[in-house]
Amino acid sequence: MGEVIVITSGKGGVGKTTTTANVGTGLAKLDKKVVLIDTDIGLRNLDVVMGLENRIVYNLVDVIEGTCRIKQALIKDKRYPNLYLLPSAQTKDKTAVTPEQMKKLSDELRDEFDYILMDCPAGIEQGFQNAIAGADRALVITTPEVSAVRDADRIIGLLEAHEIKNSHLIVNRLRTDMVKRGDMMSSDDVVEILAIDLIGVVPDDENIVISTNQGEPLVGNDTMAGKAYMNICHRLLGEDVPYLDLNLKKGFFSKLFNKN
Amino acid sequence: MAMFEIFKKRSSGEMAKQRLQFVLSADRAGCTPEIMECIKNDIIEVLNKYVEIDSEGLDIRVNQVDNENSNGGPSLFANVPIKAIKRSV
Repeated sequence: MGEVIVITSGKGGVGKTTTTANVGTGLAKLDKKVVLIDTDIGLRNLDVVMGLENRIVYNLVDVIEGTCRIKQALIKDKRYPNLYLLPSAQTKDKTAVTPEQMKKLSDELRDEFDYILMDCPAGIEQGFQNAIAGADRALVITTPEVSAVRDADRIIGLLEAHEIKNSHLIVNRLRTDMVKRGDMMSSDDVVEILAIDLIGVVPDDENIVISTNQGEPLVGNDTMAGKAYMNICHRLLGEDVPYLDLNLKKGFFSKLFNKN
Repeated sequence: MAMFEIFKKRSSGEMAKQRLQFVLSADRAGCTPEIMECIKNDIIEVLNKYVEIDSEGLDIRVNQVDNENSNGGPSLFANVPIKAIKRSV
């Protein structure tokens, strides 16, 4: 039976889609059968981040409305044998789908896939309700900024209210240099404030922009962000992986070690 | 002077953390100052049946404190100075 994971944040632009693309691709690289679902109806993005935008025939709303079968709408990523994308509709709006329909869809996919990843839209309205409807667990994304952390706190409360108890935090776009001089909250600070378990810290890495430009997730390659995302995948599979050396406090040794 | 400078200058990261902790305790409590006032008055009313309380020194707050009883959620703290126990009850 597959597991349904929602990737959510409350605030927009903190890296939900990038995380969905990289975690999903990473799990596929670890031989898991994965489907990524873009639940942001009207603002389709996961397809371009994945580099699969030219292969869309049917979309999520077509599946829900019964215009096509699920298998017809799934795009197989040719780079990875176990990876599929269900793109969102660009011309409909979020009311085209209900939480009940999303739950039914994700339950149908459980038989076929090990992991069903829901890329959640920003906000806490119906799009959010749709994305979390069938979820077993959640990855809450935040950046170390007051607005993103505040929204993440709200999201964590809403997830608890919806009985999604297994939530983990990803602190995205951490800048070690700023943390060191005290001008950015550390991942420890964010964890302390939000009081949920951390599953990953992703550094602010320009390679993310490059990889998005190319439509090729960087998970698993030899970049800091690529390593950080792969570590998250291993932790999702229950492995105990040490954290990358990103957010050491001020000190001589941290300067030495951060040269990588 | 230099000593004072050190104490005065708080890093922006530390400011962010403190501001967040403050704003989130209000967010999580989900109650307005008006509701807090109502809670306070009702508590005074109930306690007044049994004890004479010092309503000037009364302190009731909703706090976000990490303790094993709060499960990470907000907790209501009340500090109520008692002047005397009413014997008649």
